[in-house]
Amino acid sequence: MDINTNLVENFIAIMPEVLMAVLALAVVYLDLYLPPTQRRTIGYVAGIGMLAIAALALFIPTPSDFNEQLMWGGTIRNDDLAKIFRVTVILIGGLTCFMGMGDNRLRYKSEFYTILIIATIGASLLSAASDIIMLFVALETMSISLYILSGFVRLPQFPTPEEKRFANLSAESGVKYFLFGSFTSAFLLYGLSLLYGFSGGYTNLYEIGPGLVGGEHPTAPIIVALGLVAVGFGFKVSAVPFHFWTPDVYEGSPTPVTSFISVASKAASFAVLTRFMLAVFPPEQLLPEGIQSISYSEWWVQLFAIAAVLTMTIGNLLALVQTNFKRLIAYSSIAQAGYTLIGLVAIATGNNAGDGAAAVAFYMVIYAFTNTLLFGCLILFTNQTGSEMIADMAGLSRRNPWLALGLTVALLSLAGIPPAAGFFGKFLLFRAAVDANLTWLAVVGVLNSIVALYYYLVVIKVMYVDRSAEDNLPIPIAVPYNFVLAATAVFVILLGVLPALVVNLATEAGADLFFLP
Amino acid sequence: MVPLWMYLVVSAALFCIGAFGVLARRNAIAILLSIELMLNAANINLVAFWRYMNPTVINGQVFAAFVFAVAAAEAAVGVALILSIYRNRQTVMVEDVNILKW
Repeated sequence: MDINTNLVENFIAIMPEVLMAVLALAVVYLDLYLPPTQRRTIGYVAGIGMLAIAALALFIPTPSDFNEQLMWGGTIRNDDLAKIFRVTVILIGGLTCFMGMGDNRLRYKSEFYTILIIATIGASLLSAASDIIMLFVALETMSISLYILSGFVRLPQFPTPEEKRFANLSAESGVKYFLFGSFTSAFLLYGLSLLYGFSGGYTNLYEIGPGLVGGEHPTAPIIVALGLVAVGFGFKVSAVPFHFWTPDVYEGSPTPVTSFISVASKAASFAVLTRFMLAVFPPEQLLPEGIQSISYSEWWVQLFAIAAVLTMTIGNLLALVQTNFKRLIAYSSIAQAGYTLIGLVAIATGNNAGDGAAAVAFYMVIYAFTNTLLFGCLILFTNQTGSEMIADMAGLSRRNPWLALGLTVALLSLAGIPPAAGFFGKFLLFRAAVDANLTWLAVVGVLNSIVALYYYLVVIKVMYVDRSAEDNLPIPIAVPYNFVLAATAVFVILLGVLPALVVNLATEAGADLFFLP
Repeated sequence: MVPLWMYLVVSAALFCIGAFGVLARRNAIAILLSIELMLNAANINLVAFWRYMNPTVINGQVFAAFVFAVAAAEAAVGVALILSIYRNRQTVMVEDVNILKW
């Protein structure tokens, strides 16, 4: 295995992370030097800086040859899969900075933006990681920052009952996220340490894969290691049975943080999950020539196929009974992870195998923008009404038609109704499953989408049909918000009409994943 | 020389003790300690495998060093979060931390 040693190319490949680290420090310095009246600038600097870095990341060249893609001693792989997820994650980080500016508890806190940017660095490196050391460190950089953000709201000195409740919820969700998160990442780490040993002492993903099948090992311990790693990743993407933290953390965290957890952490985890499974436990056709041994891909394919079915079904069924909007979206995001797992399963079986990874990448991009739109609208609603209940959303279309429209677009996209992008994403996932001889999985997915349609439509009905006593109280949309909402809404619709914009990149990303040494 | 499997048995035992502690203890600080045990079990694995498998390349040791650093960061954040919940509710028992439920 060769590694790219061209210093310039190496530095260009991690330019977005370097710039984000600089930006994080700049935000702290701004906080020191700006007078309190100009604190608002901090959010703008962080948000616009992140958007600029995302634009830069889009134009970073990715070498076409596998041996030139491995950089920094093989710790990151600069391919199209890394590119598509990095750009998404950084873009979402920027939009979340703007969303934070709309939340009174976060608005003037430079540390919020700093920790958010550091979490984005972790997520961005995670989507490029090709070495288990880098993988673990990037994953923990992201997770530890998110634990802090989740429990970010402090109890003020003289709290009102409302403030006290928010601080309580936030602290509780932070502790829960931390305890569950570090518990499962200990499983992940133990699994990684076993894989390191069983492969004969390699840390690079692309050396572990051949090392595992080449050695004289009994099968059972490697399956155990696979299971341990699956626990860790399953938690990060909130797959059943490791989903129980999701609703609690989503409800208790400040809403911009919820949005970031639901989007960036999930997208980066899916990126690393596809890369990891394909490199470490490759299907038979991808094993290097001359190695006559067993392939472990069947194990994880079955494991994740079962997880996908459970995740979709349990997520959707529990979503049906929710009354709190954030909890509803939490269960819906569990279900969305289930749909995405279909694409992951489709990678290893079937011949045109790049489709599955491409579908995962595309679905995560549109899911990211859809959920950001959804939570952006929710923040505005909560700021005005102080409520997150679905019943309180009655008459929203009369209080602010644009807000109701934005929520409707997002909900339709999640449900997979054609003008919005979600339809095409689901179509790609299910098509990849059918092509990979997993028609039954696609059928389960379609049935689940029908169940899901019900609870999404109920929210839309409440917003448009139900009346409330506050119909004539308008909900204003503040300045950085109209950008976020308009940009994400346009993107969701645009990708539904012209999916080729991202699908081409996603297809290349999926194909790139199959270049193994 | 002590054979490799002995290290693996110790580390597996440590991991299981840690996992049991996480599931059985009610004090959040004790849970945090149990998680540290699990991380250190992985560290024993890493260093033992490094010594027996591939001692000329130091990647296993480097990994173990990174795990120390991550564990320290995790403990710092964890204690801070537990402290914040203690300020809100005057308790660190996890069964008392239960406003959020479906």
